[in-house]
Amino acid sequence: MPVGPAGMLNPVRALGRYSLLMFQAFGSLHELSIYRKNLFDQMVKIGIESIPIVALTAAFSGAVTTVQTAYQLTSPLYPKSLIGSIVAPSMILELGAVVTAFILTGRVGARIAAELGTMRVTEQIDALEAMGLNSVGYLIIPRVLAGVIMFPVLYISAVLVGIGGGIIVADLGGWLEAAEFIDGAREFFNPFDPVFGCIKSLVFGFVITSISCFKGYYTRGGAEGVGRSTTESAVTSCVFILLADLLLAVTLL
Amino acid sequence: MIRTENLHKTFNDNPVLRGVDLEIEDGETFAIIGRSGSGKSVLMKHLIGLIKPSEGRVLIDGVDINTLPYRELRRVRQQFGVLFQGSALFDSMSAFENVAFPLKTFTEKSEKEIEEEVNRCLTMVELPEVGPLMPSELSGGMKKRVGLARAISLRPQYIFYDEPNTGLDPETSNTIDDLISDLAERLKVTSIIVTHDMHSVLSIADRAGFIHKGKLHWVGTVDEMHRSDNNILLDFVKANEYQIGRPKR
Repeated sequence: MPVGPAGMLNPVRALGRYSLLMFQAFGSLHELSIYRKNLFDQMVKIGIESIPIVALTAAFSGAVTTVQTAYQLTSPLYPKSLIGSIVAPSMILELGAVVTAFILTGRVGARIAAELGTMRVTEQIDALEAMGLNSVGYLIIPRVLAGVIMFPVLYISAVLVGIGGGIIVADLGGWLEAAEFIDGAREFFNPFDPVFGCIKSLVFGFVITSISCFKGYYTRGGAEGVGRSTTESAVTSCVFILLADLLLAVTLL
Repeated sequence: MIRTENLHKTFNDNPVLRGVDLEIEDGETFAIIGRSGSGKSVLMKHLIGLIKPSEGRVLIDGVDINTLPYRELRRVRQQFGVLFQGSALFDSMSAFENVAFPLKTFTEKSEKEIEEEVNRCLTMVELPEVGPLMPSELSGGMKKRVGLARAISLRPQYIFYDEPNTGLDPETSNTIDDLISDLAERLKVTSIIVTHDMHSVLSIADRAGFIHKGKLHWVGTVDEMHRSDNNILLDFVKANEYQIGRPKR
């Protein structure tokens, strides 16, 4: 790995290549009719097939947040419904989007990077180009669009299941009744919160799918190169999810 | 006709092609031969427009493909059929879907017409029964033939073969050679074969070009090859003959 000024230029060069790739991909949007079937396939793979793991994670996140909030609010001065007032916005504002994004970085991002990386090293991408197809449009646009469309759907599912998990655990554990939880959640409900969560999940969807496509598309070498791209895609996506999370919170809240 | 003029390519200060001038006539079967790492596959990728030269031109029917806008280049590429070294079959699709893919993408044919066309192509490569199989269920030779069926599905004007015999046993290798000759004859296409297998070259090529260290050292008919006074070429030919025994013709 180069060090010094050349090494410092690498992230800038990568950003430039990433921007050019996205520019090229979105420049082929007019050919969407060719990619339509691929788009639906990706929506199923990225969205529908991710629902079980997202729901499972969200249910546990909601449940654990509820238990820990109940554990901290021991004073009789606080109404029990406050637990709902804390858990629901936590799920809507942060956990629903961020936990889903981290899960999907592993499930969706790694799959995309490995899939495109393997296609690169086995010349399947060259084959697409050689037969006259725009490989960037064909491979990247359906994946990125599917991510942007399906991540908000997954986010909404995660929030509903997470709050549901919280309600069930709170009720079964005897901390508070479902009606109290819901009352608390409604009391401090801000209609902008779910909008903010949807915006976040949309951005995260773009971040994960576009970075994974970029890493996979430019894979070099054989099996080792595919492994490297997959790891880099997961690490880079996580870093940019955190950065985007902070940036959106600072600018929109 | 395919022509290259003063083609140079450098990767990270490493010159791979150093001024290649080549002319391939319509309808001929031309072999690009040379040792591993001599620049053969890089030259082929220039001819398809997958790599841009550092210097020089690639002319397809008189048009410099590197000056074309991307959309036009893609249209030119639709005249090409390419068989890649590892077959490059799309592993998420069955053999049938692989062959049908260019037809579905670039033609307005109905499902029935596509099915007929795919069956015709698979029959031409003598694999009419493998349509439902996935690439992982095919042998190396079968993958090459399905790759070839996909390459000819749009009835190309030029077919490029990148090391078509690599990794195949001698019998399957001969089958692929026969198939290349047969397709050239039946489809009246220009065939460009990148190989280091002299057995194939002597069996199927009309002419050959010998590339060594990024330069085209010799071009001629296969009959002229043994009469050449180019020592590097003769060493290459002798080394191959030593390995494979006497050639077919």
